[in-house]
Amino acid sequence: MASDTHTGNSSAQRPSGAAAASEFAIELIKINKSFGPVHANKDIDLAIRRGSVHGIVGENGAGKSTLMSILYGFYTADSGEIRVDGTPHSITDSRHALALGIGMVHQHFMLVDNFSILENVVLGVEDNALLGPSLTRARKELVRLAKEYRLDVDPDAIIEDVSVGTQQRVEILKALYRGAEVLILDEPTGVLTPSEADDLFRVLNELRDQGKTIILITHKLREIMAITDYVSVMRQGEMVATLKTADTNPGEIAELMVGRRVLLRVEKGPATPGEVFLSVENLVVKDDLGITRVKDVSFTVRSGEIVGIAGVAGNGQSELLESVSGMRDQSSGTVRLKGHPLSLEGDDGAHRAREAGLAHVPEDRQRMGLVTAFEEWENAILGYQGDDAYGKGWILDIDAARAIARQRIEQFDIRPANERLKTANFSGGNQQKIVLAREMSSNPDVLIVGQPTRGVDIGAIEFIHNQIIKMRDAGKAILLVSVELDEIRSLADRILVMFDGHIVGEADPATATEGELGLMMAGISDKTAAAPAVAEGKTK
Amino acid sequence: MDLALILSTLDATLRLSTPLLLACLAGLYSERAGVFDIGLEGKMLAAAFGAAAVAAVTGNVWLGLLAGVAVSITTAAVQGAAAITLKGNQLIAGVAINMLAAGLTTFLGIQWFAQGGRTPQLAPGGRFQNLTLPFANELSGVPIIGPIYADLISGHNLLVYVAFLAVPVTWFVLYRTRFGLRLRAVGENPKAVDTAGISVTRLRYQAVLITGLLCGLAGAFFSIAQGSGFGNNMTAGKGFIALAALIFAKWKPVPAMLTCLLFGFLDALQIRLQNTDILGVQIPVQAIQALPYVLTVVLLAGFIGKAVGPKAGGVPYTKER
Repeated sequence: MASDTHTGNSSAQRPSGAAAASEFAIELIKINKSFGPVHANKDIDLAIRRGSVHGIVGENGAGKSTLMSILYGFYTADSGEIRVDGTPHSITDSRHALALGIGMVHQHFMLVDNFSILENVVLGVEDNALLGPSLTRARKELVRLAKEYRLDVDPDAIIEDVSVGTQQRVEILKALYRGAEVLILDEPTGVLTPSEADDLFRVLNELRDQGKTIILITHKLREIMAITDYVSVMRQGEMVATLKTADTNPGEIAELMVGRRVLLRVEKGPATPGEVFLSVENLVVKDDLGITRVKDVSFTVRSGEIVGIAGVAGNGQSELLESVSGMRDQSSGTVRLKGHPLSLEGDDGAHRAREAGLAHVPEDRQRMGLVTAFEEWENAILGYQGDDAYGKGWILDIDAARAIARQRIEQFDIRPANERLKTANFSGGNQQKIVLAREMSSNPDVLIVGQPTRGVDIGAIEFIHNQIIKMRDAGKAILLVSVELDEIRSLADRILVMFDGHIVGEADPATATEGELGLMMAGISDKTAAAPAVAEGKTK
Repeated sequence: MDLALILSTLDATLRLSTPLLLACLAGLYSERAGVFDIGLEGKMLAAAFGAAAVAAVTGNVWLGLLAGVAVSITTAAVQGAAAITLKGNQLIAGVAINMLAAGLTTFLGIQWFAQGGRTPQLAPGGRFQNLTLPFANELSGVPIIGPIYADLISGHNLLVYVAFLAVPVTWFVLYRTRFGLRLRAVGENPKAVDTAGISVTRLRYQAVLITGLLCGLAGAFFSIAQGSGFGNNMTAGKGFIALAALIFAKWKPVPAMLTCLLFGFLDALQIRLQNTDILGVQIPVQAIQALPYVLTVVLLAGFIGKAVGPKAGGVPYTKER
């Protein structure tokens, strides 16, 4: 409908004028940027074809976000040239970038939480000193954009009341309202549920079909394969390759990203389960709002095995994890460690669980696993600071603590290898290694791991997986919760599927197909599937 | 109580809430922009001194007002430089302003006028006179409405009207103008403002200077409108009460006015109750004088509920992550 007026068939139409000569919307030539000693971008060349979806992949810290921040004017390059529609520009700030038709959707949204969607869209591009006319015009424009790109939102909704997916739509609408022809999205699916992500991809396809150019920064190969036309790979600040997505495959991209062949499938020997280390009996847990999220759950984890809990996020896994690790009070039920009931109630439940030999890597490392404002060594002992190894009595033996932190840095290959660095300055993968190193070094009988590789790059994923398997082979019991089905399937020796607070089935990762697990996760399965034999019987 | 007594109490309420209201609105601009201002008291005190000193020397109330406002704006600019450009701690910057103002006003007062820190008594031309609104005398005979108009509404000095007029103006600025939208945004999420291509620094300075202007009016009210000269520490903690009112009002203009009226009313009541017996018992003056402050504590602790201020308040903005 409205699209007729805008574009005929995708990229064929270009803005008229001198600039239209170039087939590239954006060209970056020999871009360099350093932050102190860190050379974040080294001689980067990149050309983005108009009307395409161009993916930029790389591990955490490869320099993707820096490069895009330069294009968006948030940082200024030390040297190099930026061409927009073939014309060189030096982009000095984001306002300038916007004027050139470059819009960005940041990883952390740039929205004012207590403003309405309309106010957020208008902020910074008001027509004049009085707000009324701008708001009226924006409201009309939002309706038009909603029609053209199928981006429906309620203009009067307050940001903090709407879902993350909607907030992202607002960011896209903001960029479009400012006349963006090139849209940069930085890790857009990191915060989205799978269905929200699908919806985003639909919108991006729509935008491309209407002639917009999309730059997608991600480290998820699946997204690259699903939506991009071209893909550029960055590694340690350098641009290593630009490929046509149709001519490549995930294996090749992963190899380029890491610089060596990656085992996307974890290598592990068969499990040798021993005695029951962790047993959970008839556990019931409520969330903060008093809603029962874990409903009469029972299971066991044996020594020398990894039990994976699969499920769509929000089906009680988080509450289960928090309850068993002593962070959330249980309403009823028993948790036993090697046969002895654990008392996990109260504020120091997590501490008592640790003392009893149950270590916990929480799902959200930044909020629960680390104090990011602390130096690395402080986080390395956090929760264990009372141990005699870090000083007897009430004075901390700082030298000893730092020495131990240094050992672990080496052992777990934490980079940069500097225990005095603020934890916030480590990448996501290295932060996770800090938590993992701390919890594994306490030599627990039971290790509970939540989302071990969320937001972690491929090289670190492999390392973390291997460490978890090493723990298993050392005779520990491991309970793994992850929303990444691939991860559960490749790591776990036994899979429990959670749906709506219940464990609805058990499966053998060697035989169960993704489809079967998917059905169970969606709650579409016979009650009889709870028996492992039946679950296996259903496969093929 | 008869009408006359009620009216005179309410009349005192308006007068006593005026400096609170001006200071409270002053704080609102700054804090809505993300700069916590504990230095309202200091700016008011400095302005009160500046206004009285110039009014005393020149005998001109307008020059006095101008001086008070100029002093306050200058002080605000210094505070802004510390809190915005130098990214200092905003609380410390405010405390510093308070101490500086308390010390400097007394010191300069003694040096210049040699009256123990006071400024000379102002002549009538050196202070704001009470205004009689049109038809006040004519209407005073009409029952009920007459006295309300003539005694309560009419007969205040200019700054009282300015203070209450500033409420709708502030509301309009905040919610109906581009500047207000950006001001509110910069206090909540300065990074969003920065990425939208607006200068966070400039916005915050603008807000802090408006705070200075309003504090200047509040200070001038003390020394050249309500009083007739400057006395040591004459603002008497009103800047802190205004801050409490701002929190109580959840940083909104109309609730800010109502809260200031409430505090002003408590103050008026306190004066009224000073020489009365309750059931034949003479209540110590000090106990009654403490009443507004005690009630402030009770209100703030008990009734305010969850007061969530501007999210980015108190944090200097830095571009790097």
